[in-house]
Amino acid sequence: MQLSISLLEITRAIDSWLNSVFHPHLAYGIELVLAGVAVILLVVAMAILMVYAERKLAGFMQLRLGPMRVGKWGTMQAVADVMKLLLKECLTPTNSDKLMFRVAPFVVTIVSFMTLVPIAFAKGIQLWDINIGVFYITAVSSLSVIGILMAGWSSNNKYSLLGAMRSGAQIVSYELSGGLALIVVVMMSGTLSISGIVQAQADGWWIIKGHIPVIIAFVTFVITSTAELNRAPFDLAEAESELTAGYHTEYSGMQFAMFFLSEYTNMFVLSMVAATVFLGGWMPFHIAGLDGLNHFMDYIPGIVWFFGKTFFILFLIVWFRWTFPRLRIDQLLKLEWKYLLPVSIINVLFAAFIALMGWYL
Amino acid sequence: MNSIYQYFRAIWYGFSSLWKGMMLTGHYLVHPKKILTQQYPENRDTLYIPERFQGEVVLPHDENNEHLCTGCTICEMNCPNGSIKIITRSVETPEGKKKKELDEWVYHLGLCTFCGQCIDACPQNAIKMDNSFEHSVYDRKLLTKVLNQPGSKLKSAKK
Amino acid sequence: METNDIKHDEFVINVGPQHPSTHGVLRLELWLDGEEIIDSKPHLGYIHRGIEKMSEALGYKQFIYLTSRMDYLSAHINNQACSLAIEKGLQIEAPARAQVIRVLMAELTRLASHQLWWGALGLDLGAVSPFFYAFREREMILEIFEETCGSRLTMNYITPGGVVNDLHPDFVRKVKVLIEQLKGNLHEYYQLLTGNVIFQARTRGVGILSAEDAVSLGCTGPVARASGVKCDVRKLHPYDGYDKVEFKEVLNDKGDNFARYWLRIEEMKQSIYIIEQLIDNIPEGSYREKLKGIVKLPAGEYYQRVETARGELGVYLVSDGKKEPYRVRFRTPNFSNLNALRPMMKGAKIGDMVSMMATLDLIIPDIDR
Repeated sequence: MQLSISLLEITRAIDSWLNSVFHPHLAYGIELVLAGVAVILLVVAMAILMVYAERKLAGFMQLRLGPMRVGKWGTMQAVADVMKLLLKECLTPTNSDKLMFRVAPFVVTIVSFMTLVPIAFAKGIQLWDINIGVFYITAVSSLSVIGILMAGWSSNNKYSLLGAMRSGAQIVSYELSGGLALIVVVMMSGTLSISGIVQAQADGWWIIKGHIPVIIAFVTFVITSTAELNRAPFDLAEAESELTAGYHTEYSGMQFAMFFLSEYTNMFVLSMVAATVFLGGWMPFHIAGLDGLNHFMDYIPGIVWFFGKTFFILFLIVWFRWTFPRLRIDQLLKLEWKYLLPVSIINVLFAAFIALMGWYL
Repeated sequence: MNSIYQYFRAIWYGFSSLWKGMMLTGHYLVHPKKILTQQYPENRDTLYIPERFQGEVVLPHDENNEHLCTGCTICEMNCPNGSIKIITRSVETPEGKKKKELDEWVYHLGLCTFCGQCIDACPQNAIKMDNSFEHSVYDRKLLTKVLNQPGSKLKSAKK
Repeated sequence: METNDIKHDEFVINVGPQHPSTHGVLRLELWLDGEEIIDSKPHLGYIHRGIEKMSEALGYKQFIYLTSRMDYLSAHINNQACSLAIEKGLQIEAPARAQVIRVLMAELTRLASHQLWWGALGLDLGAVSPFFYAFREREMILEIFEETCGSRLTMNYITPGGVVNDLHPDFVRKVKVLIEQLKGNLHEYYQLLTGNVIFQARTRGVGILSAEDAVSLGCTGPVARASGVKCDVRKLHPYDGYDKVEFKEVLNDKGDNFARYWLRIEEMKQSIYIIEQLIDNIPEGSYREKLKGIVKLPAGEYYQRVETARGELGVYLVSDGKKEPYRVRFRTPNFSNLNALRPMMKGAKIGDMVSMMATLDLIIPDIDR
């Protein structure tokens, strides 16, 4: 008897029901809307959960308890924060460029939602299994720089401009190493599509199968993800103790909430990408030869594996934030151009050699 | 060759120092017993406030509603910023002499700096610092207190 | 430099009075060229409360409470300075027990002040966690103060003639527990900040202050000692029994941010050493020499210098025989240390400005009084 639930069967059942009740084109339209709404709701729910989890984790690392008052053990804290941001007035400075000022948060949020499209949550649960999945994600996520620069420029504020410039330089530089880290795994799997990469890990996750180059690529990718997200130790753009809040100084209320939401969504998306590409996506943990263990691992549904790995990487990113001091902008860029990029390039050569020879574990 | 060695050594030193930092915060993450903060209003029963804590000035009365203040106003003269106002009145003793005694010991808690000069200066040790610390009120007039209780009088000296 | 003669590419930024990392209300005008700082100008006076003027209307025992609020992290040491100046005028000396208690309180204050400095330094540089670890031991020190002196921050415990109350019976035990815990936790300071590669990259080689600059600007305390200037008042003009305790005057000759940082951590270790020497040998006897109700100093001028956690504090009392001082003037260490910002900031970046101000350890109410 199959104990594990397969989400694929649920979606197929919904699909056949809709097709039987409505006209096929209308059913397709309804499915599109349902899928989009489901993913957006999922991500927003995850963002709210992440806000609470980050504050609690930060509290425990700092010898304190974190939020405890709103709801039992502070669980309603994120809800209270969302309500507060909704009720605040969205100020627009008088001398700012009004159109750009109002559009910038939307640009950033839309871009972060667009990167959710190719991600595979479980077997067959993907919004669009495009054949250039990884490339699509890196390309679309680099559009967020436009939103940040728009926000910084249109605020008509020296601090915001400085923050936006720094942030733009940072994101553009770190995408190079991030892309090269992803290319290592793409070379080994032989395909850019997300489902292809996950299928290639059916006999072991890439971080175990492709040994040294993939481990180096994983470490590089986690570092560049924190840099792309403007999180500590790379959060000079929004350093509160240096230049107030950087490019989103002038935003308040729901506009600020959109920047906040897009930061958490991006964090979530990049963790999902890292979990898919390096840690096997929804593939369970198999050790060749131990059939009993493999059988037991198969019972845990794919989506639980996927979210477990995502949360592990999210936990790493949160851990970084509360432990390390901040890097100065020139040290940040020096780290990228002098250390991460040469190491990534040599790593790609090494990985190509290993892929050619087939020397996997 | 040396510069390549320095390059890799810098990378290694960077990672190992960052790892040590993460181990420290990770250690405190998994040991929640070492948390220092207390949930304040719920733990009032187990709070330890030292008895010398300078909370507010009080005029202790004993069980016969008597206090030790003679109304000499030395505390008022010593207070640096005028938080004390002693109001005295003249009464007639049974022998027919006119004597001064304490009418009202007015204490402006809102002005007090809790420096303790009044306690230090009182020759009769009539006042002391209580260790209560929850002084917030919604009405500012409640911060001006009269310390001697109604109907109290000076403890007569033992002959 | 005035705002009018600004060149084409430069712009002026105001690190305003309300800023999370200026450690008080300080307004700094910075002339920037891109990311580099060309010049800086501090504007003071936002927290001027007229302490020196107020002291002219209060008696000699009364104005001491105002000095706790000048450099509030070395409150005991400020009170000690005023009390010693008044004792100099009255030509009395505090009893031996009171002197040892004063030294113990001063060293505990120095420890607490350096710990808060360490936590705030981490916070300014972006690491939020060290702040909480620093407050763990500082909380223990403040609880010791609360038990003996009655307050945690503005204790009026040291008074002319000695100290106000005797030590609490639990004092010696609690201080020993504190010393054990602090020594056991010092490695955490290394793990979290000192050895961290990011921290070292941000502080090494940044903000160099040469010894000549330090002397000509009048910097004292850890700022000057990190540039190699011997200026510890506890060694040069010992007071209150400091010549009977053994401790090292920590010096460093590099003068950059990391040198100042390292020097304060070493000073914490020296403070622990002094406390260890004294805690078991507190002499018995009276803790206070009672003064007359109204203190009157003979006419003349009296000066007393002490070493606070930030440098040399000087109290200059002019008396004309009445019961209030004619003039009280405080030579505060932070006023001179602030001047060190200008030569250090030329050519540095904005990120360095924050770390420079953090390692200078300024307390702005001390500058404005």
